[in-house]
Amino acid sequence: MNFDDTPQEAAFRETARKWVKANAPKEFEEELSKSSLGRIRLAKHDIVEVGKAWQKKKAEGGWACLHWPKEYGGRGATPIERVIWQQEEGVYGKLTQPFQIGEGMCGPTVMAWGSEDAKRRYLPKLASGEEIWCQLFSEPSAGSDVAGLRTRAEKKGDNWVVNGQKIWTSGAHYSDYGLLIARTDPNVPKHKGLTMFFLDMKSPGVEVRPIKQASGLHEFNEVYFTDVVIPDSQRLGAVGEGWNVSLTTLMNERMSIGSRLATGVPELFELCSNLMLEDGLAIDDPAVRSKLANWAVKSNGLKFTSYRAISALSKGERPGPENSIGKLVSAAMLQDIAAYAMDLEGAAGVFTGEAEEIARGQFQQMLLSSPSGRIAGGTDEILRNIIAERVLGLPGDIRVDKDVPYNKIPTKGR
Amino acid sequence: MNFDFSDDQKQLRDQARKFLAEKCSPKAVRVVLDGKTPYDKELWKGLAEMGFLGVAIPEEFGGAGAGHLELCVIAQEMGRANAPVPFSSTVYLAAEALLIAGSDAQKKRWLPAIAAGEAIGTLALFEGKGNPSPKNVKLTAANGVLNGVKKPVADGAIADFAVVAARTGSSGREGDISLFLVDLRAGGVEVKSLTNLDPTRGQAEMTFRDCKAEPLGAAGEGWSILSQVLDRAAVLCAFEQVGGSDRALEMGRDYALDRIAFGRQIGSFQAVKHMLADMYVSATLARSNSYYGAWALSTNAAELPEAAAAARISATQAFQHCAKNNIQVHGGMGFTWEFDCHMYYRRANAMALGLGSLSYWEDQLIDRMRKKNAA
Repeated sequence: MNFDDTPQEAAFRETARKWVKANAPKEFEEELSKSSLGRIRLAKHDIVEVGKAWQKKKAEGGWACLHWPKEYGGRGATPIERVIWQQEEGVYGKLTQPFQIGEGMCGPTVMAWGSEDAKRRYLPKLASGEEIWCQLFSEPSAGSDVAGLRTRAEKKGDNWVVNGQKIWTSGAHYSDYGLLIARTDPNVPKHKGLTMFFLDMKSPGVEVRPIKQASGLHEFNEVYFTDVVIPDSQRLGAVGEGWNVSLTTLMNERMSIGSRLATGVPELFELCSNLMLEDGLAIDDPAVRSKLANWAVKSNGLKFTSYRAISALSKGERPGPENSIGKLVSAAMLQDIAAYAMDLEGAAGVFTGEAEEIARGQFQQMLLSSPSGRIAGGTDEILRNIIAERVLGLPGDIRVDKDVPYNKIPTKGR
Repeated sequence: MNFDFSDDQKQLRDQARKFLAEKCSPKAVRVVLDGKTPYDKELWKGLAEMGFLGVAIPEEFGGAGAGHLELCVIAQEMGRANAPVPFSSTVYLAAEALLIAGSDAQKKRWLPAIAAGEAIGTLALFEGKGNPSPKNVKLTAANGVLNGVKKPVADGAIADFAVVAARTGSSGREGDISLFLVDLRAGGVEVKSLTNLDPTRGQAEMTFRDCKAEPLGAAGEGWSILSQVLDRAAVLCAFEQVGGSDRALEMGRDYALDRIAFGRQIGSFQAVKHMLADMYVSATLARSNSYYGAWALSTNAAELPEAAAAARISATQAFQHCAKNNIQVHGGMGFTWEFDCHMYYRRANAMALGLGSLSYWEDQLIDRMRKKNAA
């Protein structure tokens, strides 16, 4: 048991470190290190533009999507080399936010199901950040039950014509392409009538509308489709096989290892170490210490769980199922820690401004944005089902709509 | 990075699991639970023959000289089997105190006997309520004799020797405490068994009256040695607790698959599935924290105090959580003496107090994190 690199890993790390040192946009280092708790903002620059420049440089140096094959824009790196790269990329990794959906979900799906022509045309530009991709799965009536989606694709000659609406699409407003799942047959049970496509987001009939979130920010969108034409050559997998194809995407979403999950513990520790309460420093109060210790232990537990997965990768093994706990634990912690930090601030906890003397309003922002963490990418409840079913081997939920043709499934509760 | 046990260590774990599955069935545990014998003597002998008692004791003192990582994997299996033997008192506390502070003669006297299963040791630290603290040590040592009362002393009624924390000064500082080694068969100690939460692990009261004792380690160094012993034991106990959590989770999962209610497996209800998923989450966090503790213990890293406290808290919570909800998954049957759920519930809650309570370790963790941040 040790934390050392193997000689090959150490050599790779050295190469990566030197390259980052020579090429990273150092002018943003301080601002990026201060961006925490999912709030990545550059005061005077557009994060997408700065991100694109960094991604392009990485692609030229062979560091973009480095675990992908060379012919598709990667470096052919091993999973452990990818983790080492992420560690060395450090704060600049925050600039990759606009590309994460494409790199983590859309790219792997095209890689698994696309034609050779499509892979060579689209993947290198996705990797280099020249073209940004978004994922068009969720709908207003199909969130956790995404297979219940309504967007229709109908075959007209060599094309498909799409009508419907998607929602919660991160980055649709700056994306060039989208991975779209649509219903191609409403007469069969819901999982069997779906097909996967990709499309040009500038196609006529695609309308992206921003969603103002409960937090007041805008990161998600609604996307409307009105008679949007998609060539059949942009279909991924067979007609009716969309559900299977979507599983590739979702598995990739949950397999991302080494990305450090924000928990709020370092921020809370810092607050408690400096905040004076009536009887002294917060961190000297037994009740505060108990809370802080419990969260610190969970946060450490997540960190060391990811180390176990990294070790498996280093040995060329598949990581175990333990990483499935990551988001379930961290997202709820962020919300709880935010509320607790504000409780410690007392009456002044209501203020949200960044000029606030206590913690620059960061816990208030965290409180407002944290509900999304427990919903996006699988709700807490779906994640518990996944652990119960795939890790513990408990039975799947009883699905009353399983064998019912999609167009016979009730659509209203009352 | 290789944050995992080696193949040899995993093989040792499998070997221990197989051995305990054969020799330490729930039926065997119940013989001790029902008070027919104070501990499983056959099992103790078997553990010695397998080399498990002396796995971390150097060869020159009759052990296998393997190391603490090997002891961690065995500890995990002891916890999983709910073994009714004085393993933690003897191996994590008494043997570790001797390894840290014992003279060559003391090590030679006791360590080979421990490895051979011929001597049971324990740590006599607590004096009634409260947590580990120099000010809670009232028992005095003067002129080579001890006077005072210790309780609870884990496995005190079956122990052959004890490491005793005694007051040798009155400055109000840690330096007032010294450790002593007492041969309990030599007289001067009255031992009384006390009923406790977990009858598979006895607890005793020890009254020392002019009891002859020899110093263990230098005078005034007692608290510093004890802190190291408690940190090591915290990691080793954490592995027992992880093993116990795993077993309680498995029992709950298995029952949820077998039991039918409302015409379906109860494990198909989300309320039950989610309860079991949460148990998996705590057990996983505890395992990962314990791995870090194992690394710190085996390398004697400067991070050990912080790692030990984190492992202790995480594993204590996980075992309590899994044992409690295992009963809940079982419903009424889980509340019978006949089902084994209560044995893990008892063990989990007794272990939560054995080295100091949860709140004590939470306090320790914050102190240690602050020390690190300041450094």
